[in-house]
Amino acid sequence: MADEMKNHGSEKKYGQFHRRVFEANIVNFAIWATIAILIGGIVEIVPMFTPAGPEVSPDVKPYTALEVAGRDIYVAEGCYLCHSQWVRPMRAEILRYGPWSRAWEYQYDRPFQLGSRRIGPDLHRIGGKYPDAWHYEHMRDPRSTTPGSVMPSYSWLLTDRIDAGDVRASLVALKKTGTPYTDADIAGVEESLAGQGGEIVGRLREAGIESEADRAIIAVIAYLQRLGMDGRAALEKQGIEY
Amino acid sequence: MEKSASAGTGVPAAIYDDDIVKKFAIATIIWGAVGMLVGVIIALQLAWWPANLGLPWTTFGRLRPLHTNAVIFAFGGNICFTGIYYSMQRLLKTRMWSDALSKIHFWGWQLIIVSAAVTFPLGLSQSREYAELIWPIDIAITLIWVAFAFNFFGTIAIRKVKHIYVAIWFYMSFVITIAVLHIVNSLAMPATFLRSYPIYSGMTDALVQWWYGHNAVGFFLTTPFLGLMYYFLPKAADKPIYSYRLSIVHFWGLIFLYIWAGPHHLLYSGLPDWAQTLGMVFSIVLLAPSWGGMLNGLLTLRGAWDRLRTDPVLKFMVVGVSFYGMSTFEGPMMSIRAVNGLAHFTNWVVGHVHSGALGWNGMLSFAVLYWLVPRLWNKPLAKPKMATQHFWLATIGIVLYTVSMWAAGLMEGLQWRAIGDGGQLANPIFIDIVHRLEPFYWLRLLGGTLYFVGALMAVYNLFKTIRGPESVLTDASAPVPAT
Repeated sequence: MADEMKNHGSEKKYGQFHRRVFEANIVNFAIWATIAILIGGIVEIVPMFTPAGPEVSPDVKPYTALEVAGRDIYVAEGCYLCHSQWVRPMRAEILRYGPWSRAWEYQYDRPFQLGSRRIGPDLHRIGGKYPDAWHYEHMRDPRSTTPGSVMPSYSWLLTDRIDAGDVRASLVALKKTGTPYTDADIAGVEESLAGQGGEIVGRLREAGIESEADRAIIAVIAYLQRLGMDGRAALEKQGIEY
Repeated sequence: MEKSASAGTGVPAAIYDDDIVKKFAIATIIWGAVGMLVGVIIALQLAWWPANLGLPWTTFGRLRPLHTNAVIFAFGGNICFTGIYYSMQRLLKTRMWSDALSKIHFWGWQLIIVSAAVTFPLGLSQSREYAELIWPIDIAITLIWVAFAFNFFGTIAIRKVKHIYVAIWFYMSFVITIAVLHIVNSLAMPATFLRSYPIYSGMTDALVQWWYGHNAVGFFLTTPFLGLMYYFLPKAADKPIYSYRLSIVHFWGLIFLYIWAGPHHLLYSGLPDWAQTLGMVFSIVLLAPSWGGMLNGLLTLRGAWDRLRTDPVLKFMVVGVSFYGMSTFEGPMMSIRAVNGLAHFTNWVVGHVHSGALGWNGMLSFAVLYWLVPRLWNKPLAKPKMATQHFWLATIGIVLYTVSMWAAGLMEGLQWRAIGDGGQLANPIFIDIVHRLEPFYWLRLLGGTLYFVGALMAVYNLFKTIRGPESVLTDASAPVPAT
């Protein structure tokens, strides 16, 4: 191959530098290629850990134990493949979904779940939009609440149970990444799960649905009802109305 | 070139480890069919939801990562390794540095693929797009990649030629960059053996993941495939590369510019504006080195265009390189903020990805397989006509796929944003728009199925070739004659 290239007389001089410095010296070549591919990433990513990065807000609180459990299910099921959590600052999106999504609203999201496709609607402002019973029925059979929905049924969430020890492990890991959970939060996981779960079970009972606080569906409802709520409240506090 | 390899330097073909190349080639053929089958299934699920089967393991949310990982890392990965192990031994006129590392790389990579096929249906996923595998598998990927990298650079170190051919530059950028991307993006805090949380949060996590995700396109689906193009296209056409100078300029341009483009996935998000703008600008500039590669490939065929009528390998290559040009034009266009505002979240993106994946990666992969399998096993292609039929099925399939997704994407993008005379949403009910997409989903399913059937024809044809009678013209130890 190299011999064939030599025949390109007009390119000979130009190529000599590249052949001598890079093609004949793999260490040199690999080092310069590595530098070339590192620059863009460094310039874009490093400032994210400085004040030039995403804003943070004291108005956004970490997810509760039950919401973490619900979020874990959301992540495991790959909900983000059909639902974004990202209202863009555009008139039609604000009309359809609510206030556009701010960077600080995601500050405790690990992993981020902005999504890249809207096979179904955006969920960043789903919190408080529907009653708990709506979500329960929707997960059992999406077509019961949204006729013609193409979403699969998630009926196993109604019977699957969440494990408090598992949720505690999640909180411990999240705390290590920097989420400000206190030792009391971690010690009180069972209590927290039962408390918040019990409230949702109570509201479902009022709608004629029997469930238990440790069911997966209860955690998912808790998470969905939390989505976008801190941001909405913070924006209202700032006097921003939509 | 092989002729000169054996004649000019006295290196007999038998010194090369072709056993590992055969293994990777067979893995490519099998995983390609599996990955595309899952694609057909999830395409059906969008057109007809009961295909989710009412089971946890078969929902769209669990199967979609299986499809993307299978076609990118199993089919795409294995064809790259096939081509790399075959071509770098010949270009450097030496056997791979370590047969043991080659074997570790092969079996390790297949094991990772199997573990992905088991964990995704079980709902074990990090749900970070194209980096969904759980943390223990991420560690396995790192170890196997390091084994591959040692073998790769070790082979370059013991090379019998002085200068390194352009295909290997591109392979090198693949080896280095995928290591950097995978390690930085996968950093996470384990909670249990099966679950972890990324060390980054919110928009920073989004940026890091799209830096990774976009460059998985750049350095997994582009640079190693360009390396394959630079080796196999001149071989198949029996012509030298059009321009050495162009290959230098577009190599350095491509690897430097690509890495900046990730934020175009986050336009109109909470990502700081300066980062969004950087991503957009670099994406647009990226058109230049991308087309440099396309032109260098197509112009290599000067004087050989007549062979396009008869040679299925060249047909696949030309359409593949042309789709590379089309999707690398479309990508920069979609990165323009205003265009992205319409295209983002829609099926247009799905169409764009598949014009690259089916058109560029798929067609080039099949070209390499149809060229390489007869040479590796030293047997003529069993059904040359069937390869041409495969080519036409695949081409028609891609056209149906991309056209239906463009139409669907434009329609939903426009209907989501349409405002009525009274200042209200013209289509306030989301599900109404979903229903209007249904015919396009069926059309896409048809296109994808045609492509898949073509791939099955390749499976049949290639395995029939492998199991066919020995060629009477040459014996297995002799160097393979050039076409």
